Amino acid sequence: MSVGIESITQSAPERWAFEPGDVATSDAALRQVLHGLPGVDQVGATQRAAGLATRSIKKGAKLQALDMAISMVDLTTLEGADTPGKVGAMCAKARQPDPSDRSVPPVAAVCVYPDLVGVAKEAVAGSGIAVASVATAFPSGRASLAVKLADVHEAVSAGADEVDMVIDRGAFLAGRYGQVYAEIRAVREACGPAHLKVILETAELATLDNVARASWLAMLAGADFIKTSTGKVTPAATPPTALVMLAAVRDFEQTAGRRVGVKVAGGIRTAKDAIRYLVLVNEIAGPAWLTAKLFRIGASTLLNDLLMQRSKQLTGQYAGADYFTLD
Amino acid sequence: MPRQDGSVAAGERPAETGEPVWRYAPAPESRDIVSIDPEYGLFVAGEFRPAADGGTFGTINPATEELLARVAVAGQADVDAAVAAARSAYQQVWGPMPGSERAKYLYRIARQLQERAREFAVLESLDNGKPIKESRDVDIPLAAAHFFYYAGWADKLEHAGFGPDPRPLGVAGQVIPWNFPLLMAAWKLAPALAAGNTCVLKPAETTPLTALLLAQVCQEAGLPPGVLNVLTGAGDTGAALVSHPGVNKVAFTGSTEVGKEIARAVAGTDKKLTLELGGKAANIVFDDAPVEQAVEGIVSGIFFNQGHVCCAGSRLLVQESVAEVVVERLQRRLTTLRLGDPLDKNTDIGAINSRQQLDKIGELTKAGEAEGARRWSPPCQLPDRGYWFPPTVFTGVAQSHRIAREEIFGPVLSVLTFRTPEEAVAKANNTPYGLSAGIWTDKGSRILWLAQQLRAGVIWANTYNRFDPASPFGGYQESGYGREGGRHGLAAYLNV
Repeated sequence: MSVGIESITQSAPERWAFEPGDVATSDAALRQVLHGLPGVDQVGATQRAAGLATRSIKKGAKLQALDMAISMVDLTTLEGADTPGKVGAMCAKARQPDPSDRSVPPVAAVCVYPDLVGVAKEAVAGSGIAVASVATAFPSGRASLAVKLADVHEAVSAGADEVDMVIDRGAFLAGRYGQVYAEIRAVREACGPAHLKVILETAELATLDNVARASWLAMLAGADFIKTSTGKVTPAATPPTALVMLAAVRDFEQTAGRRVGVKVAGGIRTAKDAIRYLVLVNEIAGPAWLTAKLFRIGASTLLNDLLMQRSKQLTGQYAGADYFTLD
Repeated sequence: MPRQDGSVAAGERPAETGEPVWRYAPAPESRDIVSIDPEYGLFVAGEFRPAADGGTFGTINPATEELLARVAVAGQADVDAAVAAARSAYQQVWGPMPGSERAKYLYRIARQLQERAREFAVLESLDNGKPIKESRDVDIPLAAAHFFYYAGWADKLEHAGFGPDPRPLGVAGQVIPWNFPLLMAAWKLAPALAAGNTCVLKPAETTPLTALLLAQVCQEAGLPPGVLNVLTGAGDTGAALVSHPGVNKVAFTGSTEVGKEIARAVAGTDKKLTLELGGKAANIVFDDAPVEQAVEGIVSGIFFNQGHVCCAGSRLLVQESVAEVVVERLQRRLTTLRLGDPLDKNTDIGAINSRQQLDKIGELTKAGEAEGARRWSPPCQLPDRGYWFPPTVFTGVAQSHRIAREEIFGPVLSVLTFRTPEEAVAKANNTPYGLSAGIWTDKGSRILWLAQQLRAGVIWANTYNRFDPASPFGGYQESGYGREGGRHGLAAYLNV
């Protein structure tokens, strides 16, 4: 690990905290840190992810994985057509994913737009399920900081437990790391007690080097989670991207002593894919990350496949699609 | 809710107890797909037959020491018969046959390897001890790829750059090792047959079964009798084959010691010889390397196939300024390696191929300790039966240690450091071998400079142990001579 990161992170009083306006948060200083990270070889990372995708998860290990995956789902609806009715139905599903089997765990959270946080909050009340809200001019992030912070305030004051913000990819790609850092810090403060997930939108960052740098930037600025994508840009989560981010949180813990979570989101539709991500978590970040506190899967249609595979695993046969609810 | 097989549900996990949160259940590949005969004969002139003197030997599963089958031992009379069958097939059928017709047979064999890939993979893992994920994803697909690749050359030899009408050599005697039994057979047979030669193949005595299954595939593919002959046996059989006067070409892959004997045996004859021997490759990691992938490259460099790889990256040369970080990351990575049942699809490290090889690895690692290098292995439960050796890393190794000089041919890495690129080159080249090397750096110019400086036949940059039939493979100095693979590989089997 580069000396720059260690000295910055260790000399800062709260390890990751340094105030906006510090010399260390200038574009130049952050560039020193981020460009001093070890490079990521795209071919090697892709090969490693493909290798881990061949892990064969069977029997009890599969059942356990399916339960883990269900309990890590951020059940999501982020459509222009979302209504209180739609959100209410999704929340009911989140509480009790399979009405025919009470042993199915509830999901970790529901994820909605800020204006629907109140509806969601009421619908999951008493269940222990968190309400997450996207914010900061999701999904593009193209708005002034004032607008973004107003977005966050709305979500938090409506009761959001978690805020999924997007970074300003334009600023990141233009090398204005200080601006990205300052925005995350400001949102971090606006969140108050709410957990902050920072969406990198890795498809727009294009290279795995950028994914590693954006991960570190978000972690240094105080992210509780780093998240792959909005789900609005393809490709969304991919195994090599997740691999780089999981390695980043592992290395960040080593250097800064703080565990940051990872959320993969977008395009994960099958139980098989979900289990492959759990294998990545287990073997790259380590088993300590195998908890909904540190790993989430943002998805909507995935949940029914997890339920279907779970019932197959328990009964030995597949139930038809009509035995699982559409919400 | 307690489950069958002892796993626990997500909500009931012991938090932070240090216990693995999620254990992968055993996922063994079924061995039912393979039917192993109790006895195998020699494959001569298109038929399986016992040895003339009736001799047999046993081949075992190194992971369990269970006897898999008894196999004929070819003596001098059998070598005579096989070489005569190959000669007659060369003169009457295979030599005169148009290349486009030979190609059809090779394509058919390649397709059969693909169609029966699972059967070959299970048999290879049973007989050799290598993990099924490697036999399934590397050995068998690459073997098929070699047949496909050289099938394509069979009717294009006049365009290979060896003149307008390059001629085959005649009968090829080919002796192959136990580390990649089917793949090495494919490396030898595919170019030889494509060029119009006929073959007598001698597989290693600990791993004869996939070569015999390949013979069966060739028989079923209608390959004319005598074009391929398979003689099983040990060193005496190989010696009789390579010194047989009816053989025009000798190809050997194996130890440098035996390679030298073979070179002596064919000296003074007009036999053409290619040798692919041992190695002690340097895997060189610079301070600007993509460190996460470099660690993967170190792992695949030395722990792929239990380190039974002639081009294994057995010497890690790491820049001193990052040595501590790299070794620490490597050690953390090694704790995730899964050692055990080769047929389990999640196994990363399988069994050592033989008692003899296990003893050799044990002897050299003892020498490493005695010479003062620091030995480290991850916590790792070895099975009670069979031949096993844990992944092992020696740090503090000096060039003068035996473990930095001699080929261990096992899952044992020697870590040395360097300060400058020049020192890296000097140390990498300071070996009697010269088969392969690895370079890990983000600087393209440094890769090109190093590739010119290193005396090694194969140099990988930011990757390791990658093979392709189109890429030639071979060594310098005591790693042998001649090239296999690619257009260059044809030269070994043509009169050029």
